[in-house]
Amino acid sequence: MITFENVGLRYGMGNEILKDLNFRIAPQSFQFLTGPSGAGKTTLLKLILFSLKPTRGMISLFGRDAATLDKDAITSLRRRIGVVFQDFRLLDHLTTYENVGLPLRVQGREEATYRAEVVELLGWVGLGERMHVLPAVLSGGEKQRAAIARALIVRPELLLADEPTGNVDPTLARRLLRLFMELHKSGTSVVIATHDLALMDQFDGARRLVLGDSRLHIYD
Amino acid sequence: MVVVTGDARGAKGGASSAKSEPAGRALRRDMPLVPAASIAGRALVTVVAIMTFLAALTAGVAILIADASHDWQDDVSHEMTIQVRPTPGHDLEAETNAAAVIARKASGILAVEPYSKTESEKLLQPWLGSGLDLGDLPVPRLIVVKLDPASSLDLGALRKTLEAQVPGVSLDDHRMWMARLASMAHATVAIGLVVFVLVLTAMMLAVAFATLGAMAGNREIIEILHFVGAADSFISGQFQRHFFRLGLRGGAIGGGLAILFFFVTGHVIGWWRATPGGEQIEALFGTFSLHLKGYAAILVIAAAIAVITGFVSRIIVFRHLRRLN
Repeated sequence: MITFENVGLRYGMGNEILKDLNFRIAPQSFQFLTGPSGAGKTTLLKLILFSLKPTRGMISLFGRDAATLDKDAITSLRRRIGVVFQDFRLLDHLTTYENVGLPLRVQGREEATYRAEVVELLGWVGLGERMHVLPAVLSGGEKQRAAIARALIVRPELLLADEPTGNVDPTLARRLLRLFMELHKSGTSVVIATHDLALMDQFDGARRLVLGDSRLHIYD
Repeated sequence: MVVVTGDARGAKGGASSAKSEPAGRALRRDMPLVPAASIAGRALVTVVAIMTFLAALTAGVAILIADASHDWQDDVSHEMTIQVRPTPGHDLEAETNAAAVIARKASGILAVEPYSKTESEKLLQPWLGSGLDLGDLPVPRLIVVKLDPASSLDLGALRKTLEAQVPGVSLDDHRMWMARLASMAHATVAIGLVVFVLVLTAMMLAVAFATLGAMAGNREIIEILHFVGAADSFISGQFQRHFFRLGLRGGAIGGGLAILFFFVTGHVIGWWRATPGGEQIEALFGTFSLHLKGYAAILVIAAAIAVITGFVSRIIVFRHLRRLN
C-alpha cells in the first residue's frame, strides 16, 4: 500500500531530520508510530500523505511512485487516506456536521447524497446531539471525535492519526482505540502516531514503528 | 456505513439515523468554505465600488460626448453656408439674391435662407459690440442652405456655377468643422478608454493583492482542504466565488451610484438649462442625460467588474497553489 525506500528528508541545508527510512504499510495492517517528542512522527505522517516531498529516496503510494505523480493524481490518492490531526484542524466557521461532511463536499458531492452517512457517523462517535454547533463550543474530546469522523467519512483505505488520544481522558482514549481497532477489522490500514505507552499496550498485535535518532526501528 | 462494524454501530447508529431526515433540512446551510465577512472583504467592496463608479463615470461621459458630437455632426452636415464678399463695382444685395436663386435651383436642397444686411451685421456684435455703424465696413453676406437628407447634391457643380456667375462668392460645406468635431470626439473617446483601462487595471491589482491577503489569512483552511482531498480547481473555485460575491456587491454599489449620478445630474442640468452655464454644458454634452443604452452600459460594466474580480482571484489562487506545490 505504502512503501518507503531509503527515504531521507532535510529542510534547506540543515542535517537530515529523517534518514534511511525503509518500511512498508501493508493493506489491513495496524501500526503504532512512536518516539520521543520532536522525533519526526508528524513529519513522517506528512511524508506518507505526500504533503512533504522527500529530499532523497522513493515513496510509493498505492503502488505508484509518488515523485512521478502530478497534482491531480496525488489529490485522488489522498482521497483514499483519512487523516486525524493532533490539533484537530476543524474549520471554525463550519458546524460539526459540515466539518465531517467536508471531504465529501470537496469531492463535489451534493449535500443531500451524503447527509444520512454523516448523521449516522456523527451518532456513532457520540456527536449526534452536537452536529449543529461550531467547533468553538465543543470540548477537546468532542473535537477529536469530530476530527476522527471527518477522516472516516470517506471510508479510507489508510487512516493516519496523529496523537488521537492526546487531548482526551483515558476512558475516551480506550473507546477511540476500540474504534480504530474496529476500523482495522473492517479492512482499513491504521497508523497511529502516539507516545502513549499505555495505549499501545492495549493492542499487542500491532506493529510498532519507533522513531529515534532520525531513523526508524520496526518491531513486528 | 462500511467503516463501522460490530456492536458499537448497532448501539449508536440506529438512533441517530432515525433523526437524519428532520435534522437534514436544518443541516444544510451552504456555508462558503472561505469565510465571507472580514474587514479586508469590506475594504475590497469599497475599492471595487469606487472603481466601478469611476469606470462607469468615464464610460458615461464618453458616451455623452460621442452622442453630442454625433448630434453636432448631424446638424452641421445638413447645412451649408454661401458667403458673398463685397467686391468693388458690384451690388452686394443683387449678388446675394443671385447666389440664393442659383442655390434654390440646385437639386437636393431643402431651403435657402439669405441673411439680410442687418442680420449679417448682428453676427458681428459679439466681437465688435452693439451701437456701431457698420455701414462703411465690407461685411460679407451669408446664405444658409439646408440640405435634403433624402436626395444627393452635386456640390462640385453648384460651386462651379456660383463661382462663375457671382463674383466674391465662396461655398462652405462645413467639412473642416466636421473633421475637427470627429477628431475631437475620437480623442475624447480614446481618453475615456485609456482612463477606463487604467481604472480596470488598478482594480485588478487591488483584487490580486486582496486575494493574496485572503489566502494568507486563510492558509490553514487551504491546508485542511488539501488534506481532505480538495483539488486546486475546487479551492480556487471557492475563492473565485467569494471574490465574485464581493465584486458583485462592489459593482452594484458603484454602478448604482453612477446611475444615480447621471440621473440626478441630467435633471439638475435640465433645470439649469435657461442659465448661461447650463447653455454651455448643453452645447458640449447635449442634454447631459444618458439614453437607455448608456444605463445598460453601466450595468454591463458593473457585472463585468464582478466577473473580472472573481476571475482575477481564481488566477491568483491557482498560481499561488501551484507555487505551494
